[in-house]
Amino acid sequence: MYEGIVQSLIDELGRLPGVGPKGAQRIAFHLLATDATDVRRLASVLVEVTERVRFCRICGNVAEEEECRICRDPRRDASVICVVEEPKDIAAIEKIREFRGRYHVLGGAISPIDGIGPDDLRTRELMVRLSDGAVTEVILATNPNLEGEATATYLARLLKPLGLRVTRPASGLPVGGDLEYADEVTLGRAFEGRRLLDV
Amino acid sequence: MHLTRLALTDFRSYAAAELALGPGVSTLLGANGQGKTNVVEAAGYVSTLGSHRVGTDAPLVRRGAERAILRAAITSAERDSLVEIEINPGRANRARVNRVAVPRPRQVLGVLRTVLFAPEDLALVKGDPDQRRRYLDELLVARAPRFAGVRSDYERVVRQRTALLKSARARTGSRGFGRARPSGPDAAGDPLGDEAASPAGMGLAGALDAWDEHLAVKGAELLAGRLVLTAALRPLLTRSYAAVSGDDVAATITYRQRGSARSEATAGEAADRDEPPAGDPPADRAQLAQGLREALARSRPDELERGVCLVGPHRDDLDLGIGELPSRGYASHGESWSMALALRLSGFELLRADGDDPVLLLDDVFAELDTGRRDRLASLVAGAEQVLVTAAVPEDVPAALQGTRFSVADGAVTHAG
Ligand SMILES: Nc1ncnc2c1ncn2[C@@H]1O[C@H](COP(=O)(O)OP(=O)(O)O)[C@@H](O)[C@H]1O
Ligand SMILES: [Mg+2]
Ligand SMILES: [Zn+2]
Repeated sequence: MYEGIVQSLIDELGRLPGVGPKGAQRIAFHLLATDATDVRRLASVLVEVTERVRFCRICGNVAEEEECRICRDPRRDASVICVVEEPKDIAAIEKIREFRGRYHVLGGAISPIDGIGPDDLRTRELMVRLSDGAVTEVILATNPNLEGEATATYLARLLKPLGLRVTRPASGLPVGGDLEYADEVTLGRAFEGRRLLDV
Repeated sequence: MHLTRLALTDFRSYAAAELALGPGVSTLLGANGQGKTNVVEAAGYVSTLGSHRVGTDAPLVRRGAERAILRAAITSAERDSLVEIEINPGRANRARVNRVAVPRPRQVLGVLRTVLFAPEDLALVKGDPDQRRRYLDELLVARAPRFAGVRSDYERVVRQRTALLKSARARTGSRGFGRARPSGPDAAGDPLGDEAASPAGMGLAGALDAWDEHLAVKGAELLAGRLVLTAALRPLLTRSYAAVSGDDVAATITYRQRGSARSEATAGEAADRDEPPAGDPPADRAQLAQGLREALARSRPDELERGVCLVGPHRDDLDLGIGELPSRGYASHGESWSMALALRLSGFELLRADGDDPVLLLDDVFAELDTGRRDRLASLVAGAEQVLVTAAVPEDVPAALQGTRFSVADGAVTHAG
């Protein structure tokens, strides 16, 4: 245990995802040894981000305005929606520059163990977006793990009556993995080889 | 294959211990409680990533220590390997093979293959079905390590689906859910009427459908593996039983899918009634998956009422027969031991037939057996590439299995000639 404020800093850092007690301590002492202006800049970005960033009212992506950059871009194909679990998955897919449609962020995957059911995801918002018939294809790009697969199966069945093309990026995605960790080549190939979800 | 070195750091009672081993028989001798089983357990852990005595890792770490480390050097027909495993209770374990970190500890499965005989093996015959499922699954993974993934995926599907069934029951319980309703497949949708009108469109029924599908697909994969394995074990078991018991009676093994019976009459009892064994069903995955889908549809009302997952390979059992009779409930103590030994021996024969002898670990079993079984077992295993035997006193070990001796005392294992 360290004195007061230093320990508080370590505790706060330790609550971040992927940071263990040792890592928290290392980051804390790095910050203490860093030039004060640099630390202040980091602090102000942290504050700013919480004040400025919100979620796109259409797709649920992180945005600085009511709607995100992608939803505002008229060059994006409005007939295809790619459904992902988290905003970070959008960033991963954008990197491959293969996909020119729009997105929809569910905010997670179905996981009864964690008490997350379909109604806890942005499923209703998706149905609303699909109701005007402008969208002809939905790509279900949830994570290739059990919960992501179950979510895709659920959505595929839900969308079936709408008569849309429902696809899922398949080949190449490491099973049991996380979309955001897939390398660009793999992810690119997975999008090219997406298959119809037949349920 | 055989172990050439086994080193334990902060594992069970050992701060640090190291054994240099060769092919053939090695015997660990020491009074009770000195740490013989701990050594055998360590070898088993390197091979299966689990203990035969406990279900969690915490008891494996020496009291007061933060983590345990196991190192095993293995010589097999194809290569020499060094496996290192760091056991971190409550956090992810880490593993290295030939000094290279592997992304998942699971990747060390298959490097060291062992067959462990232990006093606890009697539970294979007398205990609950989970003992026999575990026997099958461990062999399945030893033969084809990819089944470790299949099994853990399947278990996760079952956990998720069970959580969903439980929450469904909790939500609808106050309405007397499931009471006074017609039974049969058609009833399944009824109690879900309210949920079906939920904003997302399908609600609970839809979510259950999604998990059903994954249970059927993953379950069929596991089921197919177990069925093929059971068929391969069948002739070996009959032979091993005759050899170890000295009796001229046919021992049989049959895989039984439980909870797949057509549900009739009152809920609750129907699901417990088992289908009579009728040889092995075909091991075709698509067919098995379809069978599971149908069984799930039939059981849904019962499952919703009880909040438990009643269908799937996590409910199955292995029927063991001696002559005309089932061994559970009928076999004598001696016959039960013969059956337990025969199961382990057939596992050994099966792995051996795949090309490389697994390492045999015989933990204190001879003390449990009468002279006849003791001598027959000794002669059956004496020819294995490597055998590790533990016993409290040298007299417990048959003459055919003396080999190199180690003495185990005061937290140390020492070479004793
Ligand atoms: N995590 C642990 N830390 C320290 N000691 C342990 C731990 N687990 C077991 N032991 C000790 O190991 C001994 C049992 O060792 P075991 O190998 O089962 O004996 P045996 O020689 O009879 O096979 C007991 O004395 C027990 O207290
Ligand atoms: Mg013991
Ligand atoms: Zn948007």
